[in-house]
Amino acid sequence: MPEVTEIQLPGVGVRHEFTTAGGERVGVVSHRTGRRELVVYDRHDPDRCTTVLHLSPDDTRALSELLGATQVSEALIAVQQRVEGLAIDWVTIPPGSRAVGTSLGEGQFRSRTGVSIVAVARGSTTIAAPGPDHRFEAGDVAVAVGTPDGLAQLQGLLGS
Amino acid sequence: MTAAAGGDPSLAFIEIGAVVLVLSVLARVAARLGITAIPLYLVAGLAVGKGGIAPLDISADFISLTAEIGVLLLLLTLGLEYTADELRHGLRTGVRPGLVDAAANFGPGFGAGLLLGWGTTAAVLLGGVCWVSSSGITSKVLADLDRLGNRETPAVLNLLVIEDLAMAAYLPVVAALVAGRDPGPTAVTVAIALGAVGAILFVALRWGARLSRLLAPASDEALLLGVFGLTLLVGGLAQRVHVSAAIGAFLVGLALSGPVQARAGTLIEPLRDLFAALFFLFFSFQIDAGSLVHVVAPAAALAVVTGAGKLLSGRVAAGPLGVGQRAQLRAGTALIARGEFSIVIASLGAGVSHGDDLGALAAAYVLLTAIAGPLAARYVDRPRPRTAEGQRTA
Repeated sequence: MPEVTEIQLPGVGVRHEFTTAGGERVGVVSHRTGRRELVVYDRHDPDRCTTVLHLSPDDTRALSELLGATQVSEALIAVQQRVEGLAIDWVTIPPGSRAVGTSLGEGQFRSRTGVSIVAVARGSTTIAAPGPDHRFEAGDVAVAVGTPDGLAQLQGLLGS
Repeated sequence: MTAAAGGDPSLAFIEIGAVVLVLSVLARVAARLGITAIPLYLVAGLAVGKGGIAPLDISADFISLTAEIGVLLLLLTLGLEYTADELRHGLRTGVRPGLVDAAANFGPGFGAGLLLGWGTTAAVLLGGVCWVSSSGITSKVLADLDRLGNRETPAVLNLLVIEDLAMAAYLPVVAALVAGRDPGPTAVTVAIALGAVGAILFVALRWGARLSRLLAPASDEALLLGVFGLTLLVGGLAQRVHVSAAIGAFLVGLALSGPVQARAGTLIEPLRDLFAALFFLFFSFQIDAGSLVHVVAPAAALAVVTGAGKLLSGRVAAGPLGVGQRAQLRAGTALIARGEFSIVIASLGAGVSHGDDLGALAAAYVLLTAIAGPLAARYVDRPRPRTAEGQRTA
């Protein structure tokens, strides 16, 4: 994967850039409003961009779908099929769930269901490999790996 | 004079309604031409003002209050533009270009004020008029010319942040100078004003997140009223301690962060457009169109000198990014346009000696730079004939 540089654009948003395998410099300007610009830099003057594509949030979704979001889900399905009997699931912790405020250690989710919670997504951040003292908040999404039966049990423990 | 103040407001409604309709047409024309509407609003104000082609008869009270609210909303939305992180980053990297920018643009303005024999206060105000680029026009130019991807662009945007932060110190000083008479008490007022700004800035950056959380659950209506009320309240309190209401509003904008910042920005924007348009209109409405003749020459000279000043600013700001000559030139030309801030500063000087001259000169200067700046920015980026051919054949 090419190295992506992040550049702050005060008052506008943020820009990410990388050089393609073919040697072309490509950037994405992400406006705070959700609009995106896809830019390609001038080969003769690396300071300026020549091709600029203006994308609405919907356009961005369509383009990223075309470029590879589908590949990600295909890859995940492939993983599930390859590892016989093992599945990945995303479990959302709703407000009012018994799990809100309990830590991973207290809940003993792995010993009770045989399922490992490998990551927790909270808002826009992801907590990779959460420790036993990690406490759930409402709205957390637990990424769990285990047998389909275990995952169903975990769904019952976290989801209600 | 008494149309709006008198018992029958119908005449004022008719006059203001007609003028706002004209502004709406001007805004469309500006959008069609791809320029900002500020110069057109100023021209419209001149046309309906003293000595204009169709003088209007609007109450002075109505004008001054509307214009003041316009200033507050302009500064509020400016504060809303930037996150606390961007301000901190700007301060870390932008001190050197910021100082060069101040010297190369405030300096000539201040000198010109003294040369014209206006006295220190009016000269300091003229320096400010020449100093600050229009962040509105500059960001519009960058977006319209598809330069947001360019390598020099972060430097340009950072310089705008620095200038806006510098205003947080400059405006209170000016407010104290305008209010003060003797050097001694003025120094005390300046010290108090700067202390107050420091305190508010500290509170805004420290507890802004809490304030934002407090406002976050509000409906759009409640949030709009809350932010508007808070802006007027803080602005009024700041004015009480001679800090200038504008800075109070700016700091309210800075204090709001996260999703509330974005929502407040979208909600306030239409209100800002309305009041700011009236502010620009009323600013030049109060200028005697005949007095413009005397200020055209100094305004043009200042525009040339400080245009060069901005080229230097762009060079110093973009240079450290390792970009080439052309990119430095692009950065400089993007910064030439002056606009809303210059008019706000000039309006502060309405009451000082030579305040009328300052207003007329500022209007002429903004008209020149706001039109010439975007043109220069476009011109400097035209494809060179040889490169263009090369691309076509490639």
